[in-house]
Amino acid sequence: MIKYIIKRLALSVLILFCVSVIMFVLIQLMPMDYVTQQIAAIETKGEAVSEETVQALMSEYGYGTDGTLGGMFRGYFTWLRATLRLDFGTSFKFQQPVADVIAKNMWVSFAVAAIATVFEFMIAIPLGITAATHQYSFRDYFVTVLVMIGISLPSFFFGQILKNMLAMQLGWFPSSGLGSATMDYTGIWLILDYVSYLVIPVLTVVVLSIGGRMRMTRTNMLEVLGSDYIRTARAKGLSETKVIYKHAFRNTLIPLVTSLAGLLPSLFSGAIITEQVFGLPGIGNMAYQATLVADIPFIMGYNLFLAVLSIVGVLLADIMYAVVDPRVKLG
Amino acid sequence: MKEKKKSSYLSGKEIRAIAKQNKKVMMALEAKKHRRAKEEEFVCEMKNADNILEIDDLHTYFFTDQGVVKAVNGVSFDIPKNKTVGIVGESGCGKSVTSMSVMRLLQGPTGQIYSGSIRFAAEDKTYDIAEMPISEIYRIRGKEIAMIFQEPMTSLNPIFTIGDQLDEVTYIHRPEATAEEAQARSIEMLKLVGIAAPERVYNSYPHELSGGMRQRVMISMALVCNPRLIIADEPTTALDVTIQAQILDLLRDLKDKINGSIMLITHDLGVIAEMADYVVVMYAGKVIEKGTVQEIFKNPLHPYTIGLQKSKPTMQSDSDVLFNIPGNVPNPVNMPTHCFFKERCDRCCDKCGGDYPDMIQVSPTHFVSCHLYDKEEEVNG
Amino acid sequence: MSEKEIKIQNAPEKEEPLDKNVRLMSPGRMVVRRFFRSKLSVLGLVLIVFLFAFCWLGPVFYTQWDQTEVDYNGRVEYVQTLITYVDENGVEHSYYQLEETREDTNTLAKPSWEHPLGTDKTGKDVLARLMYGGRISLTISFLTVFVIAAIGVVFGGIAGYFGGLIDNIIMRVCDVLMCLPGIPIMLVVGTVLDAWSKTPDFPIPIEPQHRIYYLMAFLSLISWPGTARLVRGQILSLREQEYMVAAEAMGYSTVRKIFKHLVPNVMPQLIVSMTLSLGSMILYEASLTYLGLGAPEQFAAWGTMINAANDSNILQNYFNIWGPPGLCIIMAVLGFNFVGDGLRDALDPKMRR
Repeated sequence: MIKYIIKRLALSVLILFCVSVIMFVLIQLMPMDYVTQQIAAIETKGEAVSEETVQALMSEYGYGTDGTLGGMFRGYFTWLRATLRLDFGTSFKFQQPVADVIAKNMWVSFAVAAIATVFEFMIAIPLGITAATHQYSFRDYFVTVLVMIGISLPSFFFGQILKNMLAMQLGWFPSSGLGSATMDYTGIWLILDYVSYLVIPVLTVVVLSIGGRMRMTRTNMLEVLGSDYIRTARAKGLSETKVIYKHAFRNTLIPLVTSLAGLLPSLFSGAIITEQVFGLPGIGNMAYQATLVADIPFIMGYNLFLAVLSIVGVLLADIMYAVVDPRVKLG
Repeated sequence: MKEKKKSSYLSGKEIRAIAKQNKKVMMALEAKKHRRAKEEEFVCEMKNADNILEIDDLHTYFFTDQGVVKAVNGVSFDIPKNKTVGIVGESGCGKSVTSMSVMRLLQGPTGQIYSGSIRFAAEDKTYDIAEMPISEIYRIRGKEIAMIFQEPMTSLNPIFTIGDQLDEVTYIHRPEATAEEAQARSIEMLKLVGIAAPERVYNSYPHELSGGMRQRVMISMALVCNPRLIIADEPTTALDVTIQAQILDLLRDLKDKINGSIMLITHDLGVIAEMADYVVVMYAGKVIEKGTVQEIFKNPLHPYTIGLQKSKPTMQSDSDVLFNIPGNVPNPVNMPTHCFFKERCDRCCDKCGGDYPDMIQVSPTHFVSCHLYDKEEEVNG
Repeated sequence: MSEKEIKIQNAPEKEEPLDKNVRLMSPGRMVVRRFFRSKLSVLGLVLIVFLFAFCWLGPVFYTQWDQTEVDYNGRVEYVQTLITYVDENGVEHSYYQLEETREDTNTLAKPSWEHPLGTDKTGKDVLARLMYGGRISLTISFLTVFVIAAIGVVFGGIAGYFGGLIDNIIMRVCDVLMCLPGIPIMLVVGTVLDAWSKTPDFPIPIEPQHRIYYLMAFLSLISWPGTARLVRGQILSLREQEYMVAAEAMGYSTVRKIFKHLVPNVMPQLIVSMTLSLGSMILYEASLTYLGLGAPEQFAAWGTMINAANDSNILQNYFNIWGPPGLCIIMAVLGFNFVGDGLRDALDPKMRR
């Protein structure tokens, strides 16, 4: 098991290396003038970047060199050396070290994603089970159609509808941003204030993601219910409820738990569109703004961060699989 | 429809019509299955006190969109106490469906017991299993009737240990049992089926055992509550020949040890000859011949039974070619009204085109359903 | 209970005539039957056919406006205000002041005969834009899905068929590509394309309205691993099947083995996954255009049209501008999902009913 994990980690390092090369090359494709223009645009807005920082960064990313392949190589290894020292540079846009921006803003994204995931699992799993145990009944079709509509909703469109209805027309929740700046709440009120800003984004994410999870539960459950060991369980004299919730559910849970483990890291990655629609200061929104102005250090840092998260997710899911399913041995 | 050309596909309209019809019937049968019923509704009397199970004109149908598949179409036979009854027939003849009907394990809503009765003499009362609501079935399943399935490889839940799954049976039927009692009982059962290291098997997962071992575990699971009837649905088909013999020996020994009856379902006549006291031969959802094992093997009457025996390879036969019965089982949706075996029969007569033959009693225990043995025919031939 | 029993006794006998003289269906026919048997898949098919007709035939009949055409029939608005003043005698006078505002363009018009869905902020007809925008969305998603499937089948097939080192290399490439973050990297590519199109005398001229095609091309280049894995997995499991061993023993050629045995077995799964990804591609394309990576605003696309709702005045008061494109996207995605689901059920031999 440990040997397997070490092997996988080595492979992950290789994958990360390849990802970083691809990212670096992509960024190199941006013409030099464009980047300087963008920086100049930030400067005119009064958020001055010191000339040295820009120059230092430029040379670090292989700009300002002769623009040849050799210069690019040198640039990449300078970047790699800095990155291995966990120095991701300073963001042009936010005037702060990239690592700080990510560390500060990812918690907003995490809050939205974590709450949404909890609701998603709590709603989708029971729905999937009823749909499977009542296959081809009205209930099955109703639930299936409902979640299918959920899957088919574009997040930005549904987000706008909810924003329009719940925030603009009914005025139940604030429409965008996070935290009321004008009020000085304390304690529980402060938390409630934050929560009120998160309700609509969370609702959007939950409605959109329930479908996939419910269908996954339903398919698994149907497969399990049709299996021979369920017939054995029934033949033993177990009641139908016990058959479903003890035998079938435990087996259905295996892929669900595995997928939850795989999901864990991605909770930090931020949802660009949702955060953008609701103006949440999450990591996804930051990345969107940074990418628009060609903020190279942030782009590199953020995308590498995402790659690490997804690699850890896959690894966690595999390990979890071996933990919950006695048939699986890693190696 | 009848005026149209002889063979055609079902049109979408017809499928919908069938589906609509089926739905009505299925709903009614499902409602019956899930109804609340007083005990009087499903308690009855045995016709013969020596029997443990009496199946009487059982009809089990599958309601598909292509039409109603009459998988079991008027089956009647008895299982006497302490005897082994073998049910034999080719695949798809309804023998497994009969056993599933007895256990009420049919996959609803398509598979339904449509009519007939299954009387079972439990310890204190006699139940009509076909009339029982599904919520009452726990009185019988696993406790009075236990079942051993064909596929030992997939019949055990992969994520529970053998011990968990064996103990569970004790817990279901004796809720007052303690963990130690359940474990002791399970290990005793594992010993009984000849497992050398019961403690080790008790703690292992199904995937760690071989097929033969798993089948032994399945048998031990069936034995936990001292059932009065064990249904073995092709228990050896999926196993090696040597393991097959071991499992059959085991079953034979156990029958005497637990003092119960066995309903043995197989397509292997050799197994029947070795194990059974009585034989029921099924063809296309109907019983075509039944009798004691001597009667069926020494004096088979129905052309199908004769064909079955001829198609079994033996050392004595001097022919190089195995006998086979020509043709196939008729389309299950579209059953003729005449004898189902007519098209494949080599001793077909004019009368065979008429009504389906009745059961004719040849000896006190031997019955056959064939026009060749109708009373007046018997005189002639 | 007794009433129910009567029903049970009577019903099936009536249908007996229907069962007569019926041949069992061939598997192909069975699939078609089962597909059309499901109401949802038929609904999905209807939705898709409707949208195609709407987007391609619609502009043939609805010709008064083009997607980039601005309605210059300036709108005249009258604002009436009551003005009261007190004169030197202390008498109160009041009169109505009528203000006439003229705009060059007919912007933000409410739905009317002239503009069935009104006009947008710049005075372009929403209905016309909806049709032309749909063309782009549907074309792009079909193109992308086919390109992804083609690349995926080729690489997955090679990996599964030859195995060994080649398989290993292709699968590692898949690992790397699957690790690339989706939308963020598209944003980067979008910025790169943006930079190129703004750079004068850049070697490859990039028209802004073609940017979305380049983007989706890049997307297909990085999203084939899913299909490749599916194809590879199928081929690997098929290679273990007895009938492939039999084909080997009969001395079939490789080509024959691939086309007679492997392809027909992989196809059903592939078709299902392609249909389902058509839906997700439409969503993806719409998201990218929504984020401003698509064509510039004067060219219609469903995503861009919804983007207008970022203006809170439009969001609250002009549902006719941003609602219809959203509904179109939902219809398209739902349609493909229903059809894909229906196909999966119809093609699954275990789903006999």
